[in-house]
Amino acid sequence: MRGLQTPRHAGRAPTSSWAKMRTVDLPLRTRVAAMAGRAIADASRWVGAGEGSVIGGRVTLAIDQRALELMAAGHQSVVVSGTNGKTTTNRLLAAALASRGPVSTNSAGANLIPGLVSSLFRGRAGAAVSLEVDEGHLAEAVAAVHPTAVVLLNLSRDQLDRFGEVRRHAADWRLALAASPGTVVVANADDPLVTWAAGACQPGTNGDRCGVTWVGTGQRWRADASACPNCGSRIRWSDDRPERGGVHWACSSCPLARPRPDAWLEGADLVLADGRRFNIRLLLPGRVNVSNAAMAVAGAMALGVDPARAVRAMSRVRAVAGRYQVLNVSGSRVRLLLAKNPAGWAEALDLIRPPPTPVVIGINAGVADGRDPSWLWDVPFERLRGRVVVATGDRGRDLSVRLRYADVRHTYEHDYRKAVALASAGSGANQPEIDFVANYTSFQDARRALTSGSAR
Amino acid sequence: MTEPVSIALLYPELLGTYGDGGNAAVLAQRLRWRDIPAEVVDVHAGEAIPSGCQIYVMGGGEDAPQALAANELRSGSILVDAVEAGAAVLAVCAGLQVLGQRFTGEDGKTHEGLGLLDCETHRGDGPRRVGEVVVVPDPDLGLPDLTGYENHGGVTTLGPSARPLGQVVVGHGNAGGDGTEGIVNGRVVGTYLHGPVLARNPALADHLLASVLGPLQPLEDPEVDALRKERLHTARHPHMHMPQLSGWRRLFRGN
Repeated sequence: MRGLQTPRHAGRAPTSSWAKMRTVDLPLRTRVAAMAGRAIADASRWVGAGEGSVIGGRVTLAIDQRALELMAAGHQSVVVSGTNGKTTTNRLLAAALASRGPVSTNSAGANLIPGLVSSLFRGRAGAAVSLEVDEGHLAEAVAAVHPTAVVLLNLSRDQLDRFGEVRRHAADWRLALAASPGTVVVANADDPLVTWAAGACQPGTNGDRCGVTWVGTGQRWRADASACPNCGSRIRWSDDRPERGGVHWACSSCPLARPRPDAWLEGADLVLADGRRFNIRLLLPGRVNVSNAAMAVAGAMALGVDPARAVRAMSRVRAVAGRYQVLNVSGSRVRLLLAKNPAGWAEALDLIRPPPTPVVIGINAGVADGRDPSWLWDVPFERLRGRVVVATGDRGRDLSVRLRYADVRHTYEHDYRKAVALASAGSGANQPEIDFVANYTSFQDARRALTSGSAR
Repeated sequence: MTEPVSIALLYPELLGTYGDGGNAAVLAQRLRWRDIPAEVVDVHAGEAIPSGCQIYVMGGGEDAPQALAANELRSGSILVDAVEAGAAVLAVCAGLQVLGQRFTGEDGKTHEGLGLLDCETHRGDGPRRVGEVVVVPDPDLGLPDLTGYENHGGVTTLGPSARPLGQVVVGHGNAGGDGTEGIVNGRVVGTYLHGPVLARNPALADHLLASVLGPLQPLEDPEVDALRKERLHTARHPHMHMPQLSGWRRLFRGN
């Protein structure tokens, strides 16, 4: 496989055995900043204000602007970004790295710069670092962390009120990677935007340290790559021309085309170009998570982890930041799923269990969700016809209209616990299993409402 | 009626960024609910536009795809001929701009439009116009207030013969300083409202349908009535709908 060079940042040996924190070889200012941030984060958690990772990181950065760079220096590191699957892929990747030694990671999904900083508070000397980064902040993160490897999952429409972001992210990624020679890029060959962004890193000659490992994930969502990111012409998909885990695609006028994958999926098998084959068996459901795992294996290999070992470690991951978690709500077993945008929903509709499992759908339009929920009309909700469906969330009314036009009979209920109760009653079963699908802030609200036992 | 009413959705892959394809689905469903057969025909870039459709629908998109769509449309006269022959058109955001005389993209390049609407669009100064919109429609249209969500950088100025869709009460609309929103020329309607606009404003959907099919029986829309009430109230009283988190909790949850 191309692109699996010796990692650039071999873990530096600890210079002292003082404590397990690895702040010993940092400048005094950074050490103080980290301790202050950590203290604030702990205090925040203690008073129940939240995870504390955001406020802690902010405090550290206020004291030392270069804290992220200095704290990440000397560690083997990998950064995961994309519109969908960041948190899950990062969790799988961290599991693979943990099979070999200590890992620092932002597993709770705090993926802006302060969140990255606070994930390094407890990093031990020699710990590997595995970070998910918001797609709009990858350039900043790469410039500070100088990662050994970057894993680029996908780019699709998300948060419609922030115009033109998909293409702008791809352009920003491209610049960031061009400015980071030596970083190994693991990229999804089935996403033209990702391919174009990662292409900036391709080595001109053999032996160049910079390289791309292309992974054929068989991604399904295409609607955001109809115009070529390179020249604006149309992208053509050749569904009659399957190749290495996907189908061929190419721009109708410029040379941008699907690169030949170095690793690809055949069913649940990850196949490497050298012929090795690894069966991916996950506790996490769905085809989309097999794709995430394929990207994670390639990312782990870039940090020198044996793929068989990586696959084994990933097979034990059960829930990711509450996703796929099953909650008992007044006798109903409620499984929580996250779907934030049309591409995410395209996968979620396959994850939902078949009828008669009732489905509760929560939609918000907060800042983190995007303030415009028009994207609901890009989701084929028609597939839920004939089931028990309950619409909820701050924008449950928009969803209700969408479901009405999709001829999906449903009820609307603003309160999350009552929505689950309605779904439970509608199923007619005694202790029903329910799938609860929500977008970003609705997911957080629902998780809080359904675990706390109090109505919101 | 034996032949289904045909609704063409133009270039969904280019002009489909903001869910505007939903407008075609709304039109078709409102006919089916009245036992009038209807079909939605997706027209992709590179394909010829079918000439016999009753309604053509275009949505919003990013700059490069918008220019591509304008090129495709200018390569033939089918849309202009169809309007001559009695078809209706709904054009949203980038679609509106493409149907005007000309438009300037974010890259500063000026493109010729189709000239179905007497307006032109140039790049506006300052931030993009983003947010909830309430429009009081032209009284001659006989429509209730319109609700939608706008998201555009362009500023559209109307020509002397043009009639606006309505006057903005909340939001920016055409943003040309005259308080107008959208533009209407007979059966051709242009607007900046997403949502999609016909999902939030079924009366406008029925107005378009009636313009090509004649009077239609009324429909009950309880889900839409509830949504409209919520959206119109939220847009007019934004301070009552701030996020529920207190300021200090938001500080900690600012992911």
